[in-house]
Order: sequence, then structure tokens, then C-alpha cells
Amino acid sequence: MTPKLRVRGLRKAFGDKQVLAGVDLEVAAGTSMVVIGGSGSGKSVLLKCIIGLIEPDEGVIEIDGTDLAGLDRDAREAKRAQIGMLFQNGALFDSLPVWENVAFGLLARGAVARREARARAERVLAQVGLAASVGDLSPSELSGGMQKRVGLARAIAAEPAIMFFDEPTTGLDPIMGAIIDGLIVDCVRRLGSTAVAITHDMASARRIGDHAAMLHQGRIVWTDRAEHLLDSGNAVVDQFTHGRREGPIQMELRR
Amino acid sequence: MNALLDALAGTGRSALALCQAAGQLALFGLAGLFHVLRPPFYGRMVLRSMLDIGYFSLPVVALTAIFTGMVLALQSYTGFARFSAEGAIANLVVLSITRELGPVLAGLMVAGRAGAAMAAELGTMRVTDQIDALGTLSTNPMKYLVVPRLIAGTIALPLLVVIADILGVLGGFIIATLKLGFNSATYLRNTLDFLETDDVVSGLVKAAVFGFIIALMGCFNGYNSRGGAQGVGAATTSAVVSASVLILAFDYVLTELFFSR
Ligand SMILES: Nc1ncnc2c1ncn2[C@@H]1O[C@H](COP(=O)(O)OP(=O)(O)O)[C@@H](O)[C@H]1O
Ligand SMILES: [Mg+2]
Repeated sequence: MTPKLRVRGLRKAFGDKQVLAGVDLEVAAGTSMVVIGGSGSGKSVLLKCIIGLIEPDEGVIEIDGTDLAGLDRDAREAKRAQIGMLFQNGALFDSLPVWENVAFGLLARGAVARREARARAERVLAQVGLAASVGDLSPSELSGGMQKRVGLARAIAAEPAIMFFDEPTTGLDPIMGAIIDGLIVDCVRRLGSTAVAITHDMASARRIGDHAAMLHQGRIVWTDRAEHLLDSGNAVVDQFTHGRREGPIQMELRR
Repeated sequence: MNALLDALAGTGRSALALCQAAGQLALFGLAGLFHVLRPPFYGRMVLRSMLDIGYFSLPVVALTAIFTGMVLALQSYTGFARFSAEGAIANLVVLSITRELGPVLAGLMVAGRAGAAMAAELGTMRVTDQIDALGTLSTNPMKYLVVPRLIAGTIALPLLVVIADILGVLGGFIIATLKLGFNSATYLRNTLDFLETDDVVSGLVKAAVFGFIIALMGCFNGYNSRGGAQGVGAATTSAVVSASVLILAFDYVLTELFFSR
């Protein structure tokens, strides 16, 4: 079966810093993949390349077996329109109230009329456990956990076939982290979507992922089922998942 | 010798950086103009920007215009008093305001107010990934953020300048009649007699160009800002400074075009 998403030989350098040095990744339809890796290892850059926010230097990105580079602009945008993304810091539009944030993608696509958008947004908010009254607040009035929920609501509102989550639990307390993970798993299951989540939180990785992959020095150095994260037998993964100071990973303190 | 070479290399690098920035700016402006013509159009965003740029700048621009008109009348009186040239004062006030000071001062004030605010808003959106988020929600950030501001700037500034012109002349009128004791009917007649359509129109064309420049510099610097709060601060400063310098430069160019024929 063709994977929903496939990345081959993806390379990206900023100046003389080679951030991605040939990333290969496959995600089967309806499954979820967690990508783990240290801070600054290029996880966000990987997602942004796939979404088209960063132009990769080299490499092939396929959705449903179609190479995006081979499509014209409109067809490529249409393929990418199936991707919903939860950004690392929420990236909520602070000039708009919460409900307009949630309905933004639907309104932009003309999938819902302006007068129905509010009700639709409230339904999506309810799915992430937020009351309808939150819709009137401004994003800056929300706590970190609520911002993550709104970001999640915005990402799932258009019911995307592929969902990206960039460090969904970073900056949250463990309980809120578990709740957000639960919401993510629920949403992905209910919509039958394919998901890619980035995290460096092991508990979160095993809750969200069917499969896991480790990004290190610009490459995927290990991939397996997520339950093997803690007994992978791979020295790099072991050091990372167990948080050991000694091991093959040299934390970059200088650029 | 080495110090000299270093200095030369530094100058060369700055010159190259300047050329690169100018090229990027030109591409950004062209991309903006290209998107103006292609749907979707965001009317609500245009209206919002018109409010920001035009309506909320009214008090500053109004005060600037009135005081400038008053000062012009007062200054020229001390110069022209010996010839007791009432007509000359009315003439000087109305021509200076409509041709030059109205558009230029309004432009500089709006650059400081609205241009800075645009750069700060877009810069913050850039560094908090909000601009990237737009792209993932089927919205072209150029069309949604930049185009409405360019349109609003180009329309709002001429409207502001019409008001500035009127208030500037009013400022001169107040000083001329209340302080200098001129006859108000004569002063008004002189003002209107000297004024030609071309004076006003050239001022409004200048204003439209300045409005475009302010929005372009605000958007360009904000859109391309990097590196957190400090980057946003730098973008804001550079939006105001570059817009102000460009306004004065284009003022010269446009004056040359209009009046040296
Ligand atoms: N737009 C950019 N310009 C220059 N360097 C960048 C850019 N985006 C990311 N980088 C660099 O790429 C590296 C990886 O960043 P990122 O993917 O955000 O790391 P993380 O794995 O923590 O998400 C970092 O060293 C960062 O400085
Ligand atoms: Mg990241």
C-alpha cells in the first residue's frame, strides 16, 4: 500500500549549518508517527519543509504517492490543504477572538458561511473540551493549556486527512500534557487521519504514536513501533529516552 | 594598509547588503502589486487598515496641520510686514500647505504612527509563527496581510491630507485674522484666488505615493523580521526611518515631475 506521506532524501541547510542531511520517513495512512530528537535537531524544520513553509534544498516529498514537486502550484496547494498543523507555540492570531481563530480555515476555504461559522467553531471547541463562551475571549486571555486546545481546535476544524503536531505538550504540566495527548489521539482516531507528532516527551511519544522515529544529526537514525522506545537497543535512542548525559549524542552548545 | 583594506571591505559589504535589501524590497513591492489584482480580496482587512491608518491618525495630523498653518502665517508676516502684503501671506500659507507641508508632514506623522504599528504587528506575527499558520489555513499571507495595508495606505493618506490642507489653511486664517488683524473676507478671497486645482491635486498624488511607501516599508520590515522581540524592535525602527527618508526623497522627485515642466 502506498504510504500517506513519504519523505525521501530531504536536505536543508541554513548557511553552512546542515540541519537536515537526507531524511527518509514513511507514514502509513491512518497511523501516527512520533518524531523524537533533541532541541535544535531540525524537527520543526522537517515539518515546515513538508508543509511548504520552507523550501528544501533537495529531496522528494510525496503525499498519497504523488511527488509534490511534480505538480503545478494549484495542485500542490490542494494536496497541502489536507494538512492541519498545531504549531509549537500555538501561533494563534491574537488580533482575532478564539472562535474566529477556530473557524479561520473553514472561512478561508468558503466551507462555511460567516453566519454559521460561529456555531461551527463552538462545536469544534466542545470537541477539545472548551465551553462556547471561550469563543469570545482573545487568545492572550487564555492559559497555556487552553491555548494548546484552541490551537488543536483550529488544526482539526477542517477535518484534515493529515495532521502535524509540533511539540504539543511542551510547556504544559504533566496532567495537562496527558489531557492534550488524549485529545490528540481522540481527534486523530475519530477523523481517521494520519498524524505526525514531534516531541521530546517520552510519555507523550508513547501515548500518541503507533510508530516512532529518531532524528539525529539530520537523519532518521532509528524507527520502530513506539512501544519499543525504551528498549530500542539503539545507543542514540537509549541515551535520549533515558536522558543520560554520557553517550553518542553530543549536545551542541556552540553553533 | 590593512586597516584601509578592512575599511574598504566593510564599505563594500554594506553596499552589497544595501543592494540586496533594495532588490528584496522591489520584489516584495512587485509581489504586493501582483496580488492586488488577483482574488481573493479581503475587504474587511482593507477597512480595518483604513481605520488604523486614516481615522486613528486624524488627531495627530490635525494638530500638526493647524500649528503649521499658524506658524507659517506668523513667520511670513514678520518677513512680509513691510510690504503689508496680506495677499502674499494668504498665498504663501495655502500653497505651502497644499503642495508641500500637508502631504509631507502628514506622511511623516503617519509613518511614525501607523507604519511603526504595522511593522510591529507583522513582525510579531512573523516571530510567533502566525504568518506561517496563515499558510496552513488556506490563506496567502501576502494577500491577507500585505495587500490590504498597501491599498489602505494609498487611499487613506490622500483623505487625511484633504483634512490637513483645510486645517492648515484654517490655522493660517486664525492667526491672520485674530492676531494680525487682517480682514477675514479678504484673506479668504486671497486664499481661494491663489489656489489652483493643480496645487491640490499634486499634493494628493504625493500623499497617495507616501501612503503606499509607508505601508510598503511597514509591511516589508515586519514581514521579514527575524529573531524575537529585538528583531521586531529593529524592524519597527527601520520601517519608520526608511519610510521617512523615502518620503522626503520622493517628495523631491514628484515636485520635480509636477512643477519643472
Ligand atoms: N528560518 C531559519 N533560518 C535559519 N536557521 C533556522 C531557521 N529555522 C530553523 N533554523 C535552525 O535550524 C535548526 C533546527 O531548528 P528547529 O527545527 O526549530 O529545531 P527543533 O528540532 O528544536 O524543532 C536550529 O539550529 C535553528 O537555528
Ligand atoms: Mg521545534
